Amino acid sequence: MAEASTREAYGRTLLELGRVNKDIVVLDADLSPSTMTNWFAREFPDRFVNCGLQEQNMIGVAAGLAASGKIAFASSFAVFVSCRCFDQLRLYLSQPALNVKVVATHGGITVGEDGSSHHAVEDLALLCALPGFTVVVPADAIETAEAIRTAASTYGPFYVRLSRPKTPLVYPDSYRFTLGKAVTMRQGNDATIVATGIMVSMALEAADNLAKERIDCRVINMHTLKPLDDEIVVRAASETGALVVAEDHLAQGGLGSRVAQVVAGEKPVPMAFVNLGDRYATSGTATELLQKCGLTAGDIEGAVRSAVSRK
Amino acid sequence: MPDHSNASPDSPATSSRFNLSVAELTEMARQLRRHVITMTAAAGSGHPGGSLSAADIIAALYFRVLRHDPADPQWPDRDRFILSKGHAAPILYAALAEAGYFPPSELATLRKLGSCLQGHADMRLTPGVEMSSGSLGMGLSFAVGLALAARMDSKAHRTYVMLSDGECQEGQTWEAALAAAHFKLDHLTAIVDYNGLQLSGRTRDIMNLDPFSQKWEAFGWHAIDIDGHDFDQILSACQAALEMAGKSTVIIARTVKGKGVSFMENNVEFHGKAPTAEEAAKALKELA
Repeated sequence: MAEASTREAYGRTLLELGRVNKDIVVLDADLSPSTMTNWFAREFPDRFVNCGLQEQNMIGVAAGLAASGKIAFASSFAVFVSCRCFDQLRLYLSQPALNVKVVATHGGITVGEDGSSHHAVEDLALLCALPGFTVVVPADAIETAEAIRTAASTYGPFYVRLSRPKTPLVYPDSYRFTLGKAVTMRQGNDATIVATGIMVSMALEAADNLAKERIDCRVINMHTLKPLDDEIVVRAASETGALVVAEDHLAQGGLGSRVAQVVAGEKPVPMAFVNLGDRYATSGTATELLQKCGLTAGDIEGAVRSAVSRK
Repeated sequence: MPDHSNASPDSPATSSRFNLSVAELTEMARQLRRHVITMTAAAGSGHPGGSLSAADIIAALYFRVLRHDPADPQWPDRDRFILSKGHAAPILYAALAEAGYFPPSELATLRKLGSCLQGHADMRLTPGVEMSSGSLGMGLSFAVGLALAARMDSKAHRTYVMLSDGECQEGQTWEAALAAAHFKLDHLTAIVDYNGLQLSGRTRDIMNLDPFSQKWEAFGWHAIDIDGHDFDQILSACQAALEMAGKSTVIIARTVKGKGVSFMENNVEFHGKAPTAEEAAKALKELA
């Protein structure tokens, strides 16, 4: 599969949006060469605010800009902007529903060598806990560009989680993103894999492999974690009778918890979960960590077999 | 929409009722203090001490310094005021009510179910409230954002933010102080209601802030020390801030917590405790 960088797609899309909309401002906390907001900064220095190593201040400044009518994109690494700034996200963005787009790069364990301090694996639980926040994890660079355009044109606070390494492309250029409407990537009747972010391409690979065992898997890209597409989950549970949820995140509070809540309430069926469980990862390459932590296509296949066996 | 075309720092957009004399401001502050007592007593909870210490500064801002229009709270060219020390919401509500943002009768609903006057201010519920509050140390960051937006849009309005001395123990306050200096936000003025007390005792015993004005100077600010109950000093400090080029100004206002009510003055007990009906009656007599 061809690969492309989600954060480069973000940088390019910001530039494209900035050229047509003068209300777009961008904030960063000394990481713009990594978050790729530096392209916007170079072309629009008067609409770029480098807050230095002040993530909490950055969220407050972004709130002030948004309250003045700006569409504020605030970026940093996922781990800093979610964990360190939770109080600011809560009181200054969630409660007043201000128009700030928190775009976090370096989500999950594929940050790799930097180690557990830099692996944002709690961010989805934290952000999904905040009323009014829209939480999006694009599956590839094409979906990233679409999600960023949608965030810019949709009022309210957003959290968009991107990755450090390049991500396999799962969509054609013609793909159109609809907020809150999950995408059925592949039809199937025996089980459904609900995946988000980097796990989507692995889910497709797992479905291909399982087809050889005559297990016919549906694959859903749940790009929007909040608001969750409850309807597609209930339909998948009804029609396929088994669900697997795959995410690069701890077990608690992320996509698995959110899907399970819908399934338990609407249409209980056997489920299995592919995630990081309840422990942090270590330093290592992204590939090594994905294997060690059980986030591979093979792990998804095992989870599907487990869920199907309990039907 | 009201016509604000003549607005400038020299000719307030609004009527002369926002251009009170010192004698009138003194009476207005007394009225605001009476509201604080009445509404916290009616609510049965709240923070009277830090509301009373800020009363004179708030009166000076809303009835002399700020250009604002209660008939049009979203007037784009209004001066912004942020109450970062959100527990002092009662004094802000009192000023907004007296200024005409909502009827003073609303004050009696403070902290009650269904009220637009939340325990800590909520920008989505109360006309005239620029930002929500309640977690300390955040307001200066928001004010930096407002001031940056004003510069991007070539607007002439000013941004004022009131901090408590206690919340200067929060790291984020100093992040924002660095940022304001870095961006040379000379249209931003911070006012510290330095009443010397916080919830559990004296600031100097709990986490000493001194030397305080030197800290702000070292962070690149223009610092002015004043008596926060002296209107001439408050007004001249605001004027000096207006004239300061290239630097943000911090007005460090030495105040008395509970000011105006003898048994509340310098009494840490009234940081977060409402007066009883009996205490309220006594306080109102002193403030008559």
